[in-house]
Formats: sequence, C-alpha cells, structure tokens
Amino acid sequence: MNEIPLKDRMKIPRHTMGAQAPEVRVGNFKEVNLGYSPEMALEEAQRCLECKDAPCSQSCPVHVRIPQFITRIVAGDNLGAVDTILQDNLLPAVCGRVCPQETLCESKCVLGKKGKPVAIGNLERFSADSTAEIRKERVEKVTAKPTGKKVALIGSGPASLACAGDLARMGNEVTVYEALHAYGGVLVFGIPEFRLPKSIVEFEVRSLQQLGVRFEKNVIIGKTITINELFKDYGVSAIFIGAGAGLPNFLGIPGEELIGIYSANELLTRVNLMKAYQKEAITPVLDFKGKAVAVFGGGNTAMDSARTALRMGAAKVYIIYRRTAEEMPARREEVVHAEEEGVEFAFLASPLEFIGDDKGWLKSVRLQCMELGEPDASGRRRPVVIEGSEYVLDINMAVIAIGNGANPLLRDSPGLEFTNRYTLEVNPETLETTTPGVFAGGDIVTGGATVISAMGAGRRAARSINQYLLSH
Amino acid sequence: MSANCFPESLNLITDSATDESKLTVQVRSMYEIVEKTKIAPDIFQFKVSAPLVARKFQAGQFIVLRPLETSERIPLTIMKADKQAGTITLVVKAIGLSTLQLAGLKQGDQIYDLLGPLGHRSEIGKFGTVLIVGGGVGTAVSYAVAETLKAAGNRIISIIGARDKDFMILEDDFRKISDEIFVLTDDGSYGKKGFVTEELKELYLEGRKFDRVIAAGPLPMMRAVVNITREYNTPTIVSLNPIMVDGIGMCGGCRAVVDGRIVFVCVDGPEFDGHKVDFDSLMRRNNAYRDIEARKEHDCKIDKQIAAEQNA
Repeated sequence: MNEIPLKDRMKIPRHTMGAQAPEVRVGNFKEVNLGYSPEMALEEAQRCLECKDAPCSQSCPVHVRIPQFITRIVAGDNLGAVDTILQDNLLPAVCGRVCPQETLCESKCVLGKKGKPVAIGNLERFSADSTAEIRKERVEKVTAKPTGKKVALIGSGPASLACAGDLARMGNEVTVYEALHAYGGVLVFGIPEFRLPKSIVEFEVRSLQQLGVRFEKNVIIGKTITINELFKDYGVSAIFIGAGAGLPNFLGIPGEELIGIYSANELLTRVNLMKAYQKEAITPVLDFKGKAVAVFGGGNTAMDSARTALRMGAAKVYIIYRRTAEEMPARREEVVHAEEEGVEFAFLASPLEFIGDDKGWLKSVRLQCMELGEPDASGRRRPVVIEGSEYVLDINMAVIAIGNGANPLLRDSPGLEFTNRYTLEVNPETLETTTPGVFAGGDIVTGGATVISAMGAGRRAARSINQYLLSH
Repeated sequence: MSANCFPESLNLITDSATDESKLTVQVRSMYEIVEKTKIAPDIFQFKVSAPLVARKFQAGQFIVLRPLETSERIPLTIMKADKQAGTITLVVKAIGLSTLQLAGLKQGDQIYDLLGPLGHRSEIGKFGTVLIVGGGVGTAVSYAVAETLKAAGNRIISIIGARDKDFMILEDDFRKISDEIFVLTDDGSYGKKGFVTEELKELYLEGRKFDRVIAAGPLPMMRAVVNITREYNTPTIVSLNPIMVDGIGMCGGCRAVVDGRIVFVCVDGPEFDGHKVDFDSLMRRNNAYRDIEARKEHDCKIDKQIAAEQNA
C-alpha cells in the first residue's frame, strides 16, 4: 500500500525516462529509451493517487487496471504488477513503448490537471521489462477444458496476437497464419528496432506458442488457402481476420516512379524485417550516406522513417507536412526525439512533383506553401494552397509516409463485404463480418490506427468468437 | 492436436485430409528440393515440394522464396506445377547473391521460406492463334501460360531465343505444346541466328496474323516486342519482373507505370497490357541496386566460389 499522504504524492516530480544521447543514438539502431531504474519506478508509482473511479483505466481501450498495477509496484511486487496488466493487456512491453498514452490513459490522470500525469506507459514498460526473466521461465498452461473447436487467425499482428491468447485460454485450438516469414505484423516490419526491439515481439510470440497457439508462416489466406477451405478442409469453426492495413498510399503526383522514392513500408521493411541495417544482411537498401532525404507525412511512421534515414547515414532529413506541428498525428515524444536527432521540419508545405535526372534518379521536389483554412471532416484545419508560393527543394531521396490502405489480399474472397476504403464491414457489436463465423478487427476494419486499439478489437473478437462457438 | 492445421502437410493435397491416423504422424514438411537440374550455365531448374502452392497454382502466378534464413526475398514465376505430386517447378538464373544461395542448394535440401501462389492468374480463353515470345529465362516464365492456352484450344506458335547454344533452355517443353516453333540464338550457334524480335517482325512481314502475343523476357526484349506488335494492333501481354520485397502489396517497391497510372506488379499483375507499360521507367528502376549489389557481391566472393564448386 502507498502510505505517502496524497498531498505529498503530488509533490513528487514526474520521472523522465533516460534515453541515449541524440548524437550517440543516431549512430546505432539500439533502443532510444532506456527505461526506469527500480528506484525511479518506485517513486513514479508513488505519485499515483489511486483514484477510485480510475479515469485512466476508463480511457484505456482495453481498460487495464492501472491504479491496481501501480499499487503493486509501490509494494515492490513487480510481478504482481505485470500480472495485473496481463489480465487486460497481453502485450505490456509493447504497449508500454508504443501506446499513445498522452492521448489515452495519461490524458485523464487527475495529476495532469495541475501538473504532469503519472507516467503510466513508463511504469507499464517497467513492470514488463523488470519481470521478463522470471516470465521467461514461467510456462502458462491453459486451465480451461478443451472445447475441441479450431479457430484460424489471419495475420500475426497485435489484433491476432491478442485474439489468439484469449481464444487459447478459453480452450480452443488456435492457429495463426502469417504471410511473411516473421511473426508480429507491423510490430516487426513497421516499428523500428530503436523504438521496439524485436526480441520483445519474439518473446510475446513464444509465450503464445507455449500456451499452445500454433503459428504458420508463409501462408497467405485467400491465396495459399481460402477462407472456404479453412472451414471445409481444415475443420475450422471460426475465423478471425487481423490482416491489417499494409497497402501503402502514394502521393499521386508526377515522378513518383523515380528511383530514390520509397514508401515508408518499403524503407522500414528493408531495414527492419530484412535487417538491411546490419552489415551482413543481403537485402540491399539504397545508400543514404551523405544524402538529403525528404519524408512526407506527419505520423509516427513518418518519424520512424526520418529517424531510420538518419541512422542509415543521411546528411539531412526533412519532414514535410502540409499542416502545422499542432495537427501532426505523431506522438509528441516521437516528434521531440526526431527533432533532437536533427530532423528538420517543413510545415505547411505540399509536394507537387518529383523531378529526376536523366538516369531516373530523384534530384528534387517541387513544393508549394499552404495556409490553414476552415476545419475539415476530421476536425483539423484544412490546408489551403497559397498561390504563387512554389519552390524547389534539392533532395536525393524521398519517403512517402502518408498512411496505408487496408490489406488487398482478401478482396476476392466470396462472402466478405468491404467499405469504399476497402476496410471490412463488421457488426460493430460482435465484430462479425458479413460471412457467418468470420470475425475481424484491427486496422483491416478501422484503417490505420494504434496497436492498443487493434489489441482491444482482437480481445473483443475473441469474446464474440467464444459466444459463436458455444452456439454452433 | 491434429496436424491438419499444418499448411504444408503433404496429405492435404488429397481428400485423405480427414484421415486422422495418417495425419498425426506428419511432421511439418518444409520446401524440399526434390530435383535440381542445371539446364544452362548459371541456370537451374528446381522441382520443389510445396503441395499447397501446387494445388492452387494457376498459370501466370509466382512465388516469393528465401533460400536461406539470411537471404532476401526473391520473386519467381512458377513454370509448372504437379498437383498430384505436390511440386512446383522453378527456373532460376543465378545472378544476385540470393539466387546464388539458391543455386548452392542441392537436391534434398530445404528452401527456408516459400510463399505463394501470388499475383493474378493469366487471362485464359480461346483467342485463336497465340504467339509466345520467350527470351532467356523468360522462356520459363511464359511456359505455364503457353501450356494452358494450348489446352484451352488455341494454336500456339512459339519463338524462343537465347544468347547461344549453351543458354537455350526448355526447347523440348516448348516443342510439345507448340503447333509451330522458331528457335533462335544471338550468335547462330544453334537454331536460326538472330533475335526473337527479328523473327517476330519476319512473321508479320510474311503476312501472318496473331490474335494475341505473350512476351516474357528481359525488359528491353519485351519493349521491342510491344513496339512491333503495336504496329499490327495485336493485343500483347507481358509478364513484368520488377524488384520486389514482400510480394504481397505491402511495400510498393515493385511499382510500375501502366497506362499512366502507378500499379503494384505483385498484387495488380504480374501480367499487363504490354502496349500500356512504361518500360523505360521500369528499366531504370530495375537498375536501382546494381551498384550496391556489385559492391556486396565483391564482398561475398567466397560464397560465390563455394556455390560454384557445389554446382560444378
């Protein structure tokens, strides 16, 4: 129990997590944030007021019991803390790192009204990291009676991982099918090592395997095996689609086929999944050394791309965004990190055309300036062109990080219905698609969103699937 | 747990999938090389066990494989598939690091990763007379569609070409499915001397008419073919071979300009209306990594030497 009087708790300053120095970390791919020491974690945990109504918990998509887990840290019971989180969130080490806490749990922290909110994300990360060794030794066994039912999950990203864990614990036989050669979806091909070490994802996958979840790589549902065959030939009773949003959007301006222009997905896939940052890797990545790189977009992926380019040796990296810093969807922490590392921001600028040399290599981009007008449907002020403001910026490379469309590979599957954005139509309550017994969640339903919301959807789908299995 | 959630269990290719007693003894089979033949200098034909891919394969589709855990992902068009035996046939020219690694594998070895079938199938119909133009390893790329079109009742005329006698591949396969065949080498060391495009031009000049042309080979060859067939208004399908990473629409690295629009060859193709393809930009894109590869290759001379010794 926290015995510090409430008044004094409020006097403890929020602990900032240590990080590699900017000039050091741009030279490596190691994790930037260094985590809390046990002392820092204890003090940070002591700041929590343990509110009864827990507004933090209410604003978490999976309703992690936040005051309860923080209380365990105060008591020195880190394992108890992580176990409390695990009741609601299967991936604490991941979410502690990549969740946008500032707009979710921490935004509702009572301490935030006058000062800084409790660093819930940092504490979540601490509770997971400080117990990793113990948890590695601990093999969870399913206690539920086997149902004899088989469930297939499509994709191995956060939605499927969360769904798989719950379904396995309910006693089902669960198989996760992944098209790529590594498990974790966006956690392995998208988010860079310096923000989310791959060993963490491997650990989570291994835990699920120990729980009895089967993982099959190199299987693309809709091509290698169809949904229909899963039901008919594989004896599957229900299916969860967590195929994500992986189809990169391009700008649709002239010159996008020039060499030196990557989608963020391509750059990040080459560097993360194919490990192009390691000297012995075979998959090549264009030479960034000494180059000027423009990254288009204002989200976390844009920040990841810019910071990856720096680490690959770029001399100058610009983030070009058509609105202002205020509207950027990226997490504040990522923007600050990028800025510290030397990324330059060009706000209110929009690309018109890429210009190449006679060998087809990118050499510059023509941009125009914008100003903010009336708010659009998203509530953000719409950028409006300033006439006659065009200019040319010399660059050697460009990365397009303006979001992804829904995975296209299931579009031909009979029985599934899609929205005009090619996301899947689902019953908002049950997450069941238009095909009975087929459920879906995560980015394939919402379009590009967060790891935690995908996980939340995976868990909700698991409950619906369980209901469905009981009645079929 | 029963084994029928293993995608590569051999038994799944037949209806015996329900025979539990058989299935429980199955271990996960990887992608075993059941046959490897050197069909030309640096060109290998592999028969690989991949029952699920074989069962689903339709002419025109491709796979992405990684020979070793450390290799890059290589896209390869499937030449043919044996649904009964559960095998697919691939033809590979060992030119890059990863194709060299593949060439270094022997019969009985396992391919580390293999995903497919990917891309759209070829459009198959009864078109009438279809001319197949295959150059180099492209000959293998066009084989499946040629064979399927033949079976669909088309008259197949084939023009296959190679640098010289040593590099002529798949002639026997093409003879079996062609109503007429023209075999050429650049230097005249085998068949007729000349390029496949010269033969194509000659046939047109003779007054021959084709209802459709299928071209597969190096980009300059395909570009030359469509420039000729455009004059004669013959619908022409080309199979594109851009640089690819994932092969499932995720990276956009394989984008090409077709009809003024950007397409992803892996999920929108790999076959396109040849008259609408911007070959020039694609050729430039395909050279993007040449310098980097050359540098890496230099670093990996020893690997190459080992591979060469194993293939000797």
